[in-house]
Amino acid sequence: MRGLAVFISDIRNCKSKEAEVKRINKELANIRSKFKGDKALDGYSKKKYVCKLLFIFLLGHDIDFGHMEAVNLLSSNKYTEKQIGYLFISVLVNSNSDLISLINNGIKNDLASRNPTFMNLALHCIANVGSREMAEAFASQIPSILVAGDTMDSVKQSAALCLLRLNRTSPDLVPMGEWTARVVHLLNDQHLGVVTAATSLITTLAQKSPEDFRTSISLAVARLSRIVTSASIDLQDYTYYFVAAPWLSVKLLRLLQCYPPPEDAALRSRLTECLETILNKAQEPPKSKKVQHSNAKNAVLFEAIALIIHHDSEPTLLVRACNQLGQFLQHRETNLRYLALESMCTLASSEFSHEAVKTHIDTVINALKTERDVSVRQRAVDLLYAMCDRSNSKQIVAEMLSYLENADYSIREEIVLKVAILAEKYAVDYTWYVDTILNLIRIAGDHVSEEVWYRVIQIVINQDDVQGYAAKTVFEALQTPACHENLLKVGGYILGEFGNLIAGDPRSSPLVQFNLLHSKFHLCSVPTRALLLSAYIKFINLFPEVKPTIQDVLRSDSQLRNADVELQQRAIEYLRLSCIASTDILATVLEEMPPFPERESSILAKLKKKKGPGKVPDMDEARWNVNGNTEHSENTEPTNKSSPPSLVADLLPTNRPRPASYSPTILSAGNMAPSHPFTDLLNMNSSPAAGASLLVDVLFVCKNNGVIFENQLLQIGLKSEYRQNLGRIYVFYGNKTSSQFLSFSSSVTSSDTLKTHILPLLRLLLTDLSLNVHTMPVDPTVEGGAQLQQILNIECLSDFSDTPVLNVQFRYGGTLQNIAVKLPVMLNKFFQPTEMTSEDFFQRWKQLGVPQQEVQTIFKAQHPMDTDVTNAKILGFGVALLSGVDPNPANFVGAGVIHTKNTQVGCLLRLEPNPQAEMYRLTLRTSRESVSQRLCDLLSEQF
Amino acid sequence: MRFMLLFSRQGKLRLQKWYTATAERDKKKMVRELMQIVLARKPKMCSFLEWRDLKIVYKRYASLYFCCAIEEQDNELITLEVIHRFVELLDKYFGSVCELDIIFNFEKAYFILDEFLMGGEIQDTSKKSVLKAIEQADLLQEEDESPRSVLEEMGLA
Repeated sequence: MRGLAVFISDIRNCKSKEAEVKRINKELANIRSKFKGDKALDGYSKKKYVCKLLFIFLLGHDIDFGHMEAVNLLSSNKYTEKQIGYLFISVLVNSNSDLISLINNGIKNDLASRNPTFMNLALHCIANVGSREMAEAFASQIPSILVAGDTMDSVKQSAALCLLRLNRTSPDLVPMGEWTARVVHLLNDQHLGVVTAATSLITTLAQKSPEDFRTSISLAVARLSRIVTSASIDLQDYTYYFVAAPWLSVKLLRLLQCYPPPEDAALRSRLTECLETILNKAQEPPKSKKVQHSNAKNAVLFEAIALIIHHDSEPTLLVRACNQLGQFLQHRETNLRYLALESMCTLASSEFSHEAVKTHIDTVINALKTERDVSVRQRAVDLLYAMCDRSNSKQIVAEMLSYLENADYSIREEIVLKVAILAEKYAVDYTWYVDTILNLIRIAGDHVSEEVWYRVIQIVINQDDVQGYAAKTVFEALQTPACHENLLKVGGYILGEFGNLIAGDPRSSPLVQFNLLHSKFHLCSVPTRALLLSAYIKFINLFPEVKPTIQDVLRSDSQLRNADVELQQRAIEYLRLSCIASTDILATVLEEMPPFPERESSILAKLKKKKGPGKVPDMDEARWNVNGNTEHSENTEPTNKSSPPSLVADLLPTNRPRPASYSPTILSAGNMAPSHPFTDLLNMNSSPAAGASLLVDVLFVCKNNGVIFENQLLQIGLKSEYRQNLGRIYVFYGNKTSSQFLSFSSSVTSSDTLKTHILPLLRLLLTDLSLNVHTMPVDPTVEGGAQLQQILNIECLSDFSDTPVLNVQFRYGGTLQNIAVKLPVMLNKFFQPTEMTSEDFFQRWKQLGVPQQEVQTIFKAQHPMDTDVTNAKILGFGVALLSGVDPNPANFVGAGVIHTKNTQVGCLLRLEPNPQAEMYRLTLRTSRESVSQRLCDLLSEQF
Repeated sequence: MRFMLLFSRQGKLRLQKWYTATAERDKKKMVRELMQIVLARKPKMCSFLEWRDLKIVYKRYASLYFCCAIEEQDNELITLEVIHRFVELLDKYFGSVCELDIIFNFEKAYFILDEFLMGGEIQDTSKKSVLKAIEQADLLQEEDESPRSVLEEMGLA
């Protein structure tokens, strides 16, 4: 086609883009006029013009005409015209073209023509377009072409791949049927081209319905065996650079990866032989120096290793595979190094080969340092991550950190995530973890995502023993003039929580800490500033001495009148709070954050998201199963439930009542098994107290958690914690029915001496401080099976003997339910145990010698007189158990201090069991008569 | 295989073959993005890279880059040899192929590719079988086409 060649030359000679566009537009106008002209075009001209349009299209220009002419060509009887027609349609036709019925008609004629060349063109077109309309029209016809006895080999090949394509695009339209069995037998075909095409088809089909194609396993093994044992010349044209049928081998090995290892022993050993032969052949000296030879050979090797890993059942093969890949790690071909690293990643997840992979650690670390190609270095990072375990975590994390300093920007974030995960997963002591994360922020602060710094805070809050270290380390890190904003966030949060732990050192006194944080305040973004403001209010609580300084800062115009509404609001509220709230209110509101519930690391979730599903989880799951490491058991549930604390809720304890499923601070109810929804989460093994309301007084004196009430409708459970004169009770209301509770409300009545209040939102707190008891701002509807959580904050003002009562009201099925249950809040809950020597004890005992200060009672044992149980009860009562004080070792002696808001009452007790008589004598001495009496009453009922 | 691209060192697309339905706009975007990535790579770098959720296998022959996008579980090395075999086929057909052959006979390049790969899978790995199919077609073409005069060709006759 000369005209076409001339046009192409013209285009190539164009000096500029504009000239090219001009030339093309001229040509388009010409073609358009020809197509619209009165004179009917002959086939040749049509073909030429359609070809020109195709060329223009391939240059990247839009073509919106010529389709009709192409369809005409496709229906021509001349092969070359038909071919161009089909080509144009394949390249340009979108699936929803209105020409599709005309095209389909042409295809139908060609399929019926029995001319193999025409049939092939038609099948190619179907496969190239692959639209649903085409699948609808031809999907049922193609299987019969494929398996018909008289079909030519080349048509069979086209039909197999055409079917494969249709199965990918519209699997529902490809009918399974008796042809499937016959397709499987194509694996035995004489013609290797047919076998190759059929293997592709069967693999695709077997991935979707493995059962239907199970018989292909034995045929595939047989075929593979024949190929790998053949001499390279046997297969003639299917031998590629001295490698026998590499494509077919790879495809057969892929097909076998759709199935577990064969159950039949003979078949299985035949397959193992094949795999061994492939491994052996890879070790033989090359038959050619051409890269094609080595590529083809190794392509088969890598596919064989993929199958070995897939089966994960032959330890010798796995270890052999690992060793052979190990040789590639230092191969001069970059491609092989890359693939060896990639393949070893999966080997690292098998328990059989994990150790073998680990032996290559030095080579991999070296690759990280010396590889010039970032994609190879990326593979090395992946492999280090996969081979990491407790034994080598320090080395690997250190190497990754040092690599991070110079790493390509494109992979920094991923490395950061990986280091953060490994550091947490394999941390033996948390100081190493804290150091590692702070290093991460120092080296690659911009690439440290929120998940990472949220996580370090969660861990520091949950691990008491690292808090002081963390405070010290962040304080030091903040000294650097150009510290990263992420470090400031972590630093602000941690000093706000635990700054007191380092405040004793004059170099990090409260004022120094505050000045350090505030010196960076003006340089950072709004969310960080908001976080710092919260840290400041926490400082006011931790360090009363800096209160005026901080109040001055909060009071400044740049805070109180800040243009950002969040900053302004925080400044105003914190300032008010610091002015009007008493120290103990402040202490309650600004209390240290409670521990976070254990949950899947959000970093891991992020890495998974980044790497795409299937990549990370598979590997990690396998790895962890192997090690029996469950500390991060994988949870495939979406992790939005366990998202880290948001910035809005960052520092203040989130102790407002709300539905349990939204309560990140205590537990996430969403993870509970539905069968026993309420008991498990409280970690209580004791059976719920029957008729609890009467017995609460007795049962809960020495324990803090449990079910206090249960009937057919409702279960009420508690978890409580006390410190000095403050207490916090988490109340869980479980709806045992399947229908809603409406108008659900609760209230607490108590004596004036015990101030019970529910802390609502901070804002409510500011306005309603004077109230003792709040109506509960919980969601008034409790769904069937759901659970509601409420938090009660309790402050003991002075000693008391009444028990507060929790009143619960709700509507169930039209009737109003009223439940009153005693809350197990007794005086002894406010005990702080006191250790003392024998000498001190008796000295104080004597000091409390006034008759009114001592209460004594003698009572009969209600329970078996077991020393261990008694010990546990006395400890649960809240006092310290003093051994070696009483001359008689059978006696129990304890000491503690009751904290109330106004006073502290020291308390000594002595319990003397008399096993013969099954009697006890209990003696209590405190500085206050009422306290002695009350404690004696409470304790004497316990034994 | 999801798609195959041939482009020159200057970033001119010479051939594109898509094995999954893709919108024209996305195609253009993907081509642009990939050309940029691949052309920026240095000669000694490895022939594989991860891109979106795909693996890219590419190889340079003279001034032309052959670039295939394959799926996660596909075999990279054998794909490299798919490319090589395709080059061999072109070479055999055109007789020491060069970029110009592919420009001026782009439709032939497509026909050869179609005989070799279909639906993204290899149809026949035998060089003989593929070339036989193409030669047969050419024979048909020559029967069709009686030689024309230059004037006819220019549309002046």
